[in-house]
Amino acid sequence: MTEFFQSIGMTYDWAWFTATIAGILLIALPLMLAVAMIIYVDRKVWAAMALRRGPNVVGPWGLLQSFADGLKVFLQETIIPSAANKGLFLIAPIITFTVALLAWAVIPFNSGAILADINVGLLYILAISSLGVYGVVIAGWSSNSKYPFFSAMRASAQMISYEVSIGFILICVVLWAGSFNLRDIVEAQRSHVGPINGFVANPLLFPMWVMFLISGMAETARAPFDLTEAESELVAGYQTEYSSMSFALYWLGEYANVLLMCALNAVLFWGGYLPPLDWAPLYLVPGWLWLFGKIFFFFFIFSWVKATVPRYRYDQLMRLGWKVFLPVSLGFVVLVSGYLMLTRYGA
Amino acid sequence: MIQVLSFYLFASIMLAAGAFTILARNPVHSVLWLIVAFFNAAGLMVLAGAEFIAMLLVIVYVGAVAVLFLFVVMMLDIDFAELRAGFIKNFPLGLAVALVLLAEVVLGMGAYQAGSLKLGTPDGTAAAVVGASNIKSIGALLYGKYLFLFEASGIILLVAMVGAIVLTHRQRGGVRGQNIADQVARRPEEAVINMQPEVGQGVKL
Repeated sequence: MTEFFQSIGMTYDWAWFTATIAGILLIALPLMLAVAMIIYVDRKVWAAMALRRGPNVVGPWGLLQSFADGLKVFLQETIIPSAANKGLFLIAPIITFTVALLAWAVIPFNSGAILADINVGLLYILAISSLGVYGVVIAGWSSNSKYPFFSAMRASAQMISYEVSIGFILICVVLWAGSFNLRDIVEAQRSHVGPINGFVANPLLFPMWVMFLISGMAETARAPFDLTEAESELVAGYQTEYSSMSFALYWLGEYANVLLMCALNAVLFWGGYLPPLDWAPLYLVPGWLWLFGKIFFFFFIFSWVKATVPRYRYDQLMRLGWKVFLPVSLGFVVLVSGYLMLTRYGA
Repeated sequence: MIQVLSFYLFASIMLAAGAFTILARNPVHSVLWLIVAFFNAAGLMVLAGAEFIAMLLVIVYVGAVAVLFLFVVMMLDIDFAELRAGFIKNFPLGLAVALVLLAEVVLGMGAYQAGSLKLGTPDGTAAAVVGASNIKSIGALLYGKYLFLFEASGIILLVAMVGAIVLTHRQRGGVRGQNIADQVARRPEEAVINMQPEVGQGVKL
């Protein structure tokens, strides 16, 4: 894009600056739209699973429901509890929302369409996703109220637990791809097993993908791991004291995070912008369309799980993270590196 | 130009955040200021071309260490008047620690300038690694030249971890743990009975 702005007569610095700003807007604005539409999809999927109709009044097939909700929330009054720590109370939702958008900078949408093509792309995503917990913890503490505080405690324990196993899973992927750069990881999956594009067809990496999917649900605090906002125990968890736009920022941030997890599933294990098979006619479909299709597919899995699986007990959640996922993923790091030592790097 | 601007931005925010870490009256605010300082330090690392270190700084310090700090500090019930009462009493000790640290920094700088430390070129430029990314050069050094030191530090960390667990772990009597295998093996037939009790009679279990 920098070349385009240079061709209409800008100096290199200004062209780079404009191109970067344009790239950020090109990602962030459609992402907002996608979040609004994906909330509608989520509600429709639950409704179908519960044999209900779901949103069907606002706009054709209820398509504009999310925008109506957004407008409603926008017009409501922001209530700040008198005992709350005012500054932090207002900063917390902003942190959640900003962090949810930041990680999209390194997602490759097509072989050339990536905002920040950096060497440490995957580490950047890990770093950003480890920031996500602050929005929840600060909200819980600054609300100065019992249930949000319990929720903050749960969130900090839960997210740290699952980040550990996610780290080991990502190490397996990085070992196989030989790079932290997300585009290199996608390219390493081209015709990985026979004609199939994607690490998921690899018997050593398939269990890693299953664990990544489950850990992703726990990391984004989606059902069945939504213990941070368990309505039967904690009212609404860390969001209890929030209203109006500050509440909506949590809502949007949460779905942007879920979409990011789906995108990571697609990029790391299912070949990202590559078609499922390495077959020439499939390359006629543009890469970003393949990526969006995969993201949509994983989002369907996420809402399918949310609609059907009951919530975990807290001790089960911790057990799954520390006693099941951590040893298994650690074992697979040894397995994968041992296999690569034998086959790729020689003795 | 943009590098200079961002350097002064990161550096000044970091220093200010460090100062506020000490000055903030509320310990939770202190931890949050510390996080801001870490974050800006990561920014400085990126400017220095050490993007791997920057990311590790954010992942390890901001993502794990500071969260645990915050976790503990949030749960403390602190009496601020009592905290400030000890200020005069502990002032000489604090001053002594600060002086020792200052002396160490001055000595370190002197040794670096004199070239007696083989840390790199003492003209302020980072030692250039030709034709390899950050991660590759760090990996080659850690797993090649400094392999034994690296493994030794890993073993020290492992021992420290085991030690911490041994010191804090205690078996308490009378606690009913969760037996997951039992819970999974349980079937509805053993857990549920269908009864049709007479009105007012109740059920005997």
